[in-house]
Amino acid sequence: MKKTYKIDVDCANCANKMEDAAKNTAGVKDATVNFMALKMIVEFEEGQDPKAVMQDVLKNCKKVEDDCEIYL
Amino acid sequence: MNKKQKKMLTRIIIAAVLMIAFKVISAFVNIPTVILFIMYMVPYLVIGYDILRKAVKGILNKQVFDENFLMAVATVGAIIIALVDDGDFTEAIAVMLFYQIGELFQNIAVGKSRKNISELMDIRPDYANIEVDGKLEQVDPDEVEVGTIIVVQPGEKVPIDGIIEEGNTTLNTSALTGESLPRQAKAGDEVISGCINMSGVLKIRTTKEFGESTVSKILDLVENASSKKSRSENFISKFAKIYTPAVCYGALALAIIPPLVSMIFLGISPQWGMWIYRALTFLVISCPCALVISIPLSFFAGIGGASNQGVLVKGSSYLEALAETNIVVFDKTGTMTQGVFEVSGVYNNTIDKDELIKYAAFAESYSTHPISKSLQKAYGSDIDKTLVTDVEEISGEGVKANVSGHEVAAGNRKLMRRLGLEYAECKEVGTQVHVAVDGVYAGLILISDLLKPHAKQAIEELKKAGVHKTVMLTGDAKNVADAVAKELNIDAVYSELLPADKVSKVEELLDQKKPKEKLAFVGDGINDAPVLSRADIGIAMGALGSDAAIEAADIVLMDDDPLKISKAIKISRKCLRIVYENIYFAIGVKLICLVLGALGIANMWVAIFADVGVMVIAVINAIRALFVKNL
Repeated sequence: MKKTYKIDVDCANCANKMEDAAKNTAGVKDATVNFMALKMIVEFEEGQDPKAVMQDVLKNCKKVEDDCEIYL
Repeated sequence: MNKKQKKMLTRIIIAAVLMIAFKVISAFVNIPTVILFIMYMVPYLVIGYDILRKAVKGILNKQVFDENFLMAVATVGAIIIALVDDGDFTEAIAVMLFYQIGELFQNIAVGKSRKNISELMDIRPDYANIEVDGKLEQVDPDEVEVGTIIVVQPGEKVPIDGIIEEGNTTLNTSALTGESLPRQAKAGDEVISGCINMSGVLKIRTTKEFGESTVSKILDLVENASSKKSRSENFISKFAKIYTPAVCYGALALAIIPPLVSMIFLGISPQWGMWIYRALTFLVISCPCALVISIPLSFFAGIGGASNQGVLVKGSSYLEALAETNIVVFDKTGTMTQGVFEVSGVYNNTIDKDELIKYAAFAESYSTHPISKSLQKAYGSDIDKTLVTDVEEISGEGVKANVSGHEVAAGNRKLMRRLGLEYAECKEVGTQVHVAVDGVYAGLILISDLLKPHAKQAIEELKKAGVHKTVMLTGDAKNVADAVAKELNIDAVYSELLPADKVSKVEELLDQKKPKEKLAFVGDGINDAPVLSRADIGIAMGALGSDAAIEAADIVLMDDDPLKISKAIKISRKCLRIVYENIYFAIGVKLICLVLGALGIANMWVAIFADVGVMVIAVINAIRALFVKNL
């Protein structure tokens, strides 16, 4: 399952970091962050609850880039 | 400017004013270094507190090497050197100041282009008008059910796809197709959402839900573009990952090794201060911002500029591939020719001409192929489909059906051969539909197709744009295909292909090409979805309203002008040229400055200008990708 989330982040490099952080979160199959469109597209693994996974994604993203936001 | 940016601007001004004021004061009054240090810490913290905070947080979160860290280490280091060597504190503050100015500029530039591009694609209708008790009511287009009558007033956007029930008007489709010529529409015509109604009031019966309407599909496509990243973008993010730590270790080496070498082996003074200063300069120069921001910005602007011209690109990787295209394969019908067929004559007929057309039209009445449509048009009146039974379509050959008791077969010569019938051909160029009634050959109907007005010019433009091979594939007869190819100056033509043959032909061409070349297939999306997805780049044209084509293609041309193919290639080449300019320029300037910094020729002021200046130039250059109208 794929879902798109709106995000807020200031720099392109930070967006790349968020992408990596999201990719490495358990339950996430693949993730892309589009800095220019301020969007994060997350593909979840089978049988995962997107809401719960996204909480972890947000936590991991905050870790690498304190100044980011994902609108869940 | 938004709130965040205004706050940053205020901080920049305060810090700059304080720094200059202190500099002026210290020029006239002799102030001890410690007092100076305390004074200068005020503007330094005003401008840099967030950077310092982020750098500390980064270290705590084990994310050491980022630009905040670089800036923090460089400026703190410079301050310590100034404190020890009785030097100039302004340098550290200036570095922070210019870094923040650069960030602010970048922020504003990105925000502006983000806004520009979303405005270019601002085709989302906000409401639909529904008549309730003689009064117009605005409702959310999402809530309008299929079959509802909606009213579109002059100046409004058509919110949902439908058929005009009442009213005449001209429609402006430029937001969808880039075509500025308005389109006429009258009752009975289909209209697609996203057009702007220019003159009359329209009543439209909706045929789709809002979510399924053209406008929603396009927006979905545009907004989800660039989910596939290009090689250049991936290169840059990988580069940044290696580069920043590499530079940090380089700086460390620069600070330690030369002094140790001079102390231990050469026996001269180590000059720690000078080498540490050079190492810090090194750090300031090294910030990878220019690259990291300008590459995605270039692609984003390129995709935005293209969509404004009616060329939808599904992601930056496709823009990149398109720029490398040098083999273009076309479908004939609907791509190079108008696909509007007309019956241009009847030959070798053994029964009455009108009778012949009638049989053919009835037999083909269940087909939506352009040929059968033209037969139905030539027949003129409505077709009573109940008279047609046992329809059997034979792919690539034609159709057999029972028409009011008569066995009718209509199709090409392959069909006649399969039925074992003698047939006669005519010399005119066009598609020949042979008709047999009750197992007896009855004659042929000639249907011809017109070339699109820009077809010839389109091929010329493609060759000018560097495409070295053009190929045409068609299911049509050899004589028609050869005539069209000759007229258009197309290099190779393969005719009488079934849809499956087209795929294998494209695969053959893919095998023949050199590994670095890219092959694009252009089709109108009818029957060629498999080929569109098989080619390196699938381009669907005239795709307004054709969902299958929008799904299968990588690049969608909103109108059906073949000139747009070369335009799309030119747009992609311009965008990629800008991307490479930025990569070479940014990396080049940085490398030069790194060397100059290591040699001690470039001081910290040069370093910060190298960093911020390169970034500003790269961003401005990236925005150029947006302007593609006159390509």
